[in-house]
Amino acid sequence: MGEPIIQVEGLYKSYGAVQAVRGISFVVERGEVFGLLGPNGAGKTSTVEILEGLRTPDGGTVRVCGLDPEKTGQAFKQKIGAVLQSTSLPDKIRVHEAIELFAHFYRRRVDTNELLARFQLQEKRDAFYSHLSGGQKQRLALAMALVNDPEVVFLDEPTAGLDPQVRREIYDIIEELKQGKKTVLLTTHYIEEAERLCDRVAIVDQGKVIALGTPRELKHRSAGTTRIEVRLARAMTNGQLARLDGVSDCREFDGAYVLHSARAPQTIVALVKQLEAEGNELQSLEMFSPSLEDVFIELTGRRLRE
Amino acid sequence: MGFDALNNTWTLTKVRIRLAMRNRAFFFFSLVMPLIFLLGAVIFIGRGRTQWIGYILGAMLTTTVMGSFWGLSVQLVTFREQGILRRFRLAPVGAGPMLASSILSNYFMALPVVAFEILVCHFGFRMQSWGNLWAILLLVTIGSATFSALGLIVASVTNTMQETQMINNLIWMGFLFLSGATIPLAIFPNWLQRVALFIPAQYLATGLESAATKLVTGGELFEDVVALTLGLFVAFEVSRQLFRWEPEAKAPRSAKLWVVAAMVPFLLFGTWEAVRGTRLRHIRTNFQALSMMSSVASRPAADK
Repeated sequence: MGEPIIQVEGLYKSYGAVQAVRGISFVVERGEVFGLLGPNGAGKTSTVEILEGLRTPDGGTVRVCGLDPEKTGQAFKQKIGAVLQSTSLPDKIRVHEAIELFAHFYRRRVDTNELLARFQLQEKRDAFYSHLSGGQKQRLALAMALVNDPEVVFLDEPTAGLDPQVRREIYDIIEELKQGKKTVLLTTHYIEEAERLCDRVAIVDQGKVIALGTPRELKHRSAGTTRIEVRLARAMTNGQLARLDGVSDCREFDGAYVLHSARAPQTIVALVKQLEAEGNELQSLEMFSPSLEDVFIELTGRRLRE
Repeated sequence: MGFDALNNTWTLTKVRIRLAMRNRAFFFFSLVMPLIFLLGAVIFIGRGRTQWIGYILGAMLTTTVMGSFWGLSVQLVTFREQGILRRFRLAPVGAGPMLASSILSNYFMALPVVAFEILVCHFGFRMQSWGNLWAILLLVTIGSATFSALGLIVASVTNTMQETQMINNLIWMGFLFLSGATIPLAIFPNWLQRVALFIPAQYLATGLESAATKLVTGGELFEDVVALTLGLFVAFEVSRQLFRWEPEAKAPRSAKLWVVAAMVPFLLFGTWEAVRGTRLRHIRTNFQALSMMSSVASRPAADK
């Protein structure tokens, strides 16, 4: 394996008194889809914007395609493509004009019609930017990120705020990039996005990487436990639930109890018996196989989208 | 500027012109409004005195060219606030092409309006001469670029649209009333006439007035052209240095010093003119000649 295409070492970034990034380090290999997963305010966007050359780090070193994003300016920008957390273009620019304009800035260019077809924007090629739906705008942003056939693509929350149908369309596009062996750095707070798309994930919280590995490796941290989420008619103490058969961990979030159990059927039977004995009622019960959410809860004691 | 930068500038210029042509507000403020002003000025100031038409044309061309100041600063701040500049920042295109393209597109869009104003005055209001068209073109070209660059500086030192509009209004009022374009400078008290010598718009107004009213030589316009050209280069460089891509990036305190730097050419020329006094004498003489001509022209009617 050659030199990693992205290298981040001891990255720091503060905004006034707020420390957004506190010593983040990771590497991304060529052809890998790498995810930064974490809640809002975890430091994901600050990190990715430093990698894109949009922000200056307070400390640490960053190399993308062997270049320092801050110091190599235009040469660096020729090699990357990026979708910002929110992309804006002039209202009266047409879809094909936007792609052609941005393509013009690069030495290596992908044909506009090819991009329009790939991102299902042919029918909208003459539409003004202001007339596009949220999903179409995001597809255009993705097309613009690929006009130069970049070596690395940065996608900052590419599906945030989009409806599930559009989100799936974006997933398909990212999977296409993955099959094309394109290096992608993706930030997200959606568990399924990270699990489905990423080869490796760094879980970020409060400006630090708290876990890093493949989704499978990370999920193994939960030691094969099942997450059981229950809502009860009357509150119980965490201690009472934690003593149920098979339960390894119990926490309360917004009135729901989240239990991690290595033996889910036995836990549920024990729970029902306990509730009957106490005259309490079960309002709802949901079971989930281990996910990155469980890893996050285990490591931070909080949910990803708290 | 390298070849890539020139190429990017030209591409951005074409796109900006296309975007402006799709904007109804642009048509109103850039074409309809100047023509309304022109008609109003001819009807209420000229009152059928054809010898005033050249003077009015000079004034109208000045306000048209100075309009670049308003449009560009507002557009740049809007683009920055909406995060549009941020998207451009990701691409290999620098501040230079972004700024130069806005100046160029603004110039190309001002040309038809200028031509239309000249044609309306000549054929519609029977302006007696064409003035010096080459001198008009030269002053419109340099003036448009200079006032665009000054507008870009305002956009770079202000943080919000409200702030931009407030500062624009203040400066615009100074340009409008102290340049001689709307109120003849000669009727102001002596001290105010001297203050006007430090205002960039004054050089444009005097130059265009001379170019529109009589056949001036290049030598006569030399000082106006040099002042505006120097102002252009300094203002462009200052706006490039102060350019901000990010909506949340605030103007540094040192920005105020850069603004002073942009005014240096006009401070120097203003001081030079205040000491020498030739320009003010020329302005007063022109105004007296024009007043005499109109009083002679209106005497037979008054005698009756």
